[in-house]
Amino acid sequence: MSSVLFDSPGPRGRRLVMFGNVASGVVVAGVVVFVLVVLAQQGQLDPALWVAALDGRAWQFYYLPGLQNTLRAAAFATVGAVAFGVLFGVGRLSLNPLVRVLSGVVVEFFRAVPVLLMMFFLWVFFSRQLTWVPDRPYAAVVVALVLYNGSVIAELVRSGVRNLPRGQSEAALAVGLTGAQSLRSVLLPQALVAMLPAVISQLVVVLKDSALGTLIAYPELLRATQILASGEQNPLQALTVAALVFIVLNWLLSVLAHRLSLTLSSRTSGKTVEGVGIGNPVAAPVVPEPH
Amino acid sequence: MDDYFAELGELFERFNVVGAFWTNIQLTFWAALIALALGTVLALMRISPIASLRFAGTAYVNVIRNTPLTVIIIFMVLVVWTLFAVTLAPGFNDNFFRLAVIGLAIYHAAFVCEAIRSGVNTVPVGQAEAARAIGLPFLAAARLVILPQAFRGSIAPLGNTLIALLKNSTVAAAGSVSWETASTMRLMIEFRPDHLYLIFFIFALGYVVLVIPIGVVTTWLSDRLAVKR
Repeated sequence: MSSVLFDSPGPRGRRLVMFGNVASGVVVAGVVVFVLVVLAQQGQLDPALWVAALDGRAWQFYYLPGLQNTLRAAAFATVGAVAFGVLFGVGRLSLNPLVRVLSGVVVEFFRAVPVLLMMFFLWVFFSRQLTWVPDRPYAAVVVALVLYNGSVIAELVRSGVRNLPRGQSEAALAVGLTGAQSLRSVLLPQALVAMLPAVISQLVVVLKDSALGTLIAYPELLRATQILASGEQNPLQALTVAALVFIVLNWLLSVLAHRLSLTLSSRTSGKTVEGVGIGNPVAAPVVPEPH
Repeated sequence: MDDYFAELGELFERFNVVGAFWTNIQLTFWAALIALALGTVLALMRISPIASLRFAGTAYVNVIRNTPLTVIIIFMVLVVWTLFAVTLAPGFNDNFFRLAVIGLAIYHAAFVCEAIRSGVNTVPVGQAEAARAIGLPFLAAARLVILPQAFRGSIAPLGNTLIALLKNSTVAAAGSVSWETASTMRLMIEFRPDHLYLIFFIFALGYVVLVIPIGVVTTWLSDRLAVKR
């Protein structure tokens, strides 16, 4: 293996790498054994606890209904966030300074406020002010996710258009398109394709943040798992299963994002880069800049 | 109008808003320190030539990055504390605080690792080749040529991670740290729902005031220190 740090190793290097490999393999195996021994001492490897976390009853009455609610919230939140993001992202690129500044304020505000704060606020807001809303925890989860992730996507739209090669807008202006026309028919289509991998990565954030719904009694996967765990007295096992469900789903999304970042690069002059999965888009300037 | 302000004054006397923000800042500070140390070790593992270390580092990042932070924090309380009786401090509150710090650090270490790794990836291979060509041994090449550039390249993603950590410190609410901002705001709006908007706006503004300077400073630093290529 050769990288920026290491040349391809020679015979002595290969021996050292081999030695390091075996030594660190032993250390890693030792850590795993230690964890298993501690679990066994605490009686956490008792098959009954694991069966209760994995049997058909647990899936039928706890994980699957919970997962259904998680996916329902994530799906609606994603659609809303993309709509919100495109709207305000284009708003931030608008030629009208008022629209630009207003969109900027909205996006920066919702990007800076923690999702949990918004969820708590919206939950009480729906319960007190909009009592006609049928499923209030659900509405609070979805709206909070839309506002936050929509602002992140708005930033992706803006940085996507910005990061297109300058020649694209120059060529569009040269063939006689106006600024708005070039944005609509040349820049935006390419920026939207370029940002698709990052939007898929943002779905990982949506899915992870939907677990915050447990704190406002939305019956999503984590809440269902907690209920199962308090009944069966197996929090370790139940939480492990729930975490694995999240990990598999999010890992599949990350793989999809990575694939798209490779295959879509021929369809746009922008850079197709997947996101890191934590919420803040990569290298988007925080300070609003003149158009 | 005087009544209104008197009521507000009473509300803020009853609930310690500044103290709540101070709790989140402390959570962020300690978690950031531990996450930086752990994340640096993970990044070194992931860029080392030793395959088993690379594998362990990659496994950690892929597992933790895809797990919701809420699950980790609840795990810290329900499993690490309730089940295994791990106590990190004598006081009840201090203990929950430290468990939340560990949970936040475990989660964000994965992102610190990726931030540092992306910094290493900004260094062109030619830099390392040039360092070796002028006869620098491995450690000297790393210390004098590669790591200074890598560190500069990782400032912006590290700043993003710090902002995310500050906002995510509210998730400590799931770990019984009930005196931090999100829980305090919830208590306040349930106690005085008639001041719902104002209370939310004050807390939200607090975060805007904390987050935007971090963003401005890290963007400025990374622009200033970036290796112009």
